[in-house]
Amino acid sequence: MLFKIAWRNIWRNKRRSLITLASVAFALFFAIIMRSMQLGTYDQAYSSVINATTGYMQWQGEGFWDKQSLERSFSPDSLTWQQIEQDESVEALLPRLESFALLASDNSDTKPGFLKGIQAPLESKYFKLDEKLLEGSLPSASNNGVMLASGLAENLKIKLGDTLVIIGQGYHGMSANGKYPVVGIADLKNPIANKSTVYLNLQELQYLTGAYNQLTAAVVVPTDPKDLYALKNQLQSYTDTTATDLMTWQEMMPELIEAMEADSAGGLAILFILYLVIGFGIFGTILMLTAERKPEYGILLSIGMSRGRMALSTFMETAFLSLLGIASGSFLALPIAMYYHYNPIELAGDMDAMMEDYGMEPLLPFSLDSSIWLTHGSIMLIISLILSLYSIITIYRLNPVKAMRR
Amino acid sequence: MSVIETQNLSRVYQDGDSEIHAVDKIDLSVEAGEFTAIIGPSGSGKTTLLNLIGGLDNPTSGTVTVEGKPIHQLKDNELINFRLQHIGFVFQAYNLIPVLSARENVEFIMLLQGQSKQERESRAKELLQAVGLEQQMHKRPSELSGGQQQRVAVARALASKPSFVLADEPTANLDSKSTEDLLDIMHKLNKEEGITFLFSTHDQRVIDRAERLIYVEDGKIKSDEKQ
Ligand SMILES: Nc1ncnc2c1ncn2[C@@H]1O[C@H](COP(=O)(O)OP(=O)(O)OP(=O)(O)O)[C@@H](O)[C@H]1O
Ligand SMILES: [Mg+2]
Repeated sequence: MLFKIAWRNIWRNKRRSLITLASVAFALFFAIIMRSMQLGTYDQAYSSVINATTGYMQWQGEGFWDKQSLERSFSPDSLTWQQIEQDESVEALLPRLESFALLASDNSDTKPGFLKGIQAPLESKYFKLDEKLLEGSLPSASNNGVMLASGLAENLKIKLGDTLVIIGQGYHGMSANGKYPVVGIADLKNPIANKSTVYLNLQELQYLTGAYNQLTAAVVVPTDPKDLYALKNQLQSYTDTTATDLMTWQEMMPELIEAMEADSAGGLAILFILYLVIGFGIFGTILMLTAERKPEYGILLSIGMSRGRMALSTFMETAFLSLLGIASGSFLALPIAMYYHYNPIELAGDMDAMMEDYGMEPLLPFSLDSSIWLTHGSIMLIISLILSLYSIITIYRLNPVKAMRR
Repeated sequence: MSVIETQNLSRVYQDGDSEIHAVDKIDLSVEAGEFTAIIGPSGSGKTTLLNLIGGLDNPTSGTVTVEGKPIHQLKDNELINFRLQHIGFVFQAYNLIPVLSARENVEFIMLLQGQSKQERESRAKELLQAVGLEQQMHKRPSELSGGQQQRVAVARALASKPSFVLADEPTANLDSKSTEDLLDIMHKLNKEEGITFLFSTHDQRVIDRAERLIYVEDGKIKSDEKQ
């Protein structure tokens, strides 16, 4: 019957309860949409950058990340390659050689560029390189050509079938100059990469630079990218750690995480203020309700209802009301988050430019991570339950004679 | 043994610098089966006295004993439970839980006592019948007249099988017909079931029906006579 009383009490003042319910629902709706957008954007940004650049985790020659030079490349023999590939937590291990060079064509000045020696089938399978191809084909041992990023091709005024000239420095001070046919043009999505990258077959780049059999990175594709830290510890045991470093993307790009965290903190500050305002609203309701009910509490206490039971009854009342608000807010936010999860907002203007600076695609897909719903639903519930302490304290202090006097 | 016994009972309120002796050294005893009215002018201390007897207020000095138990010594939660088990209350107004029906209101107190559903339902029906409200038992208080609400309150007060029923001006908000009806019911319960009633009133019709009249003034008993 306590349950019945609590439930019916909610509907005693319908308008007030509905307003309270609506404000809880609105706050939660807003919080979820906002976090869904923010966290979705970060996920998108991370995976965009990760896929376009380093992968989740990679082995490098010792000290390579501080000074990115062929001199700090390493031999794959220093890794127990097969053992790593067979590890259950590892989907694949991809060899890469990366270097910088000047690029030129018949139609343009020289431009700086970034050379990536890869095994195209692996990069297609795990990083969908083939899907980025606009025309032509991927570089391979048989075509022995280069694939250019579309932005770079534009800058160099170079077309499929034209010749690209590479002027660079190789391993141990050797020169690395070569001429290659352009066999493919790709849209790399990531704006920075798209203005600078040239893909070659791995062996061809090793040959060009004289870094025979050397790699600058062995990229780990994890089966589950969630707990990279544990994976790193596990994988490090397979390795001669004096010759190589194993680095996660977080270690390689801390500034990316910092930028996202700063942005996230701004969002949380807004939510904090929102929760504060809504909290005061709920408190107002509880204050009024408690004052109104005092004579009634006085009667109940007089006839012998224990303070504990009375407290439980009001506690349930507040809990039901806020749960109703939480349920409606969460429920309303779901279709919107879902819509923008599958149809991300495309950014224009300043935001677009800012994100391009970070090398991200200017897209805002919403996140459907259930922890967003859970976190903010719990925050809302906890706020209202804490506020219901006011009525509970009032009940514990109530003097029946005073409460019944009007 | 008396149902109610007070000795040297006093309640002093502090009002700024002066003291108000709302109840002043009252010795009173009420036997089982009495139908007693406490009367007196406004501010004479009737409500204060009833609150002390009902364990709603703590005496400044003196003792209150109910069925041999000195209730002024009980702790807060013990006192709440004592009220639940031994005392029936009818207040002037707002007696009932607004969100419960008449029958649920009567059942509620038995639920607090931990009685079974069967027992609660049958006794609630019986009591509502006794106060003439079996037709109204599914209505909420707001759908009942003031007199009907007070009758439900009487039924609820009896539901816990108390030692006695305390009623502070139970008819103050009622018209004369409702007052008559309520008095008839209380009187009948007193005569047929032997329920002890102790109530305060200003109402001459109620005074006429009382069997013992205790007249208080300035917190003291001025006269106490059977009629
Ligand atoms: N909480 C309180 N604080 C201070 N004085 C009080 C308090 N309660 C009652 N009094 C005083 O005690 C005296 C007795 O009051 P009480 O309410 O018992 O009178 P009453 O006989 O019931 O009056 P009425 O017929 O108007 O109901 C009055 O002078 C009143 O002002
Ligand atoms: Mg009074």
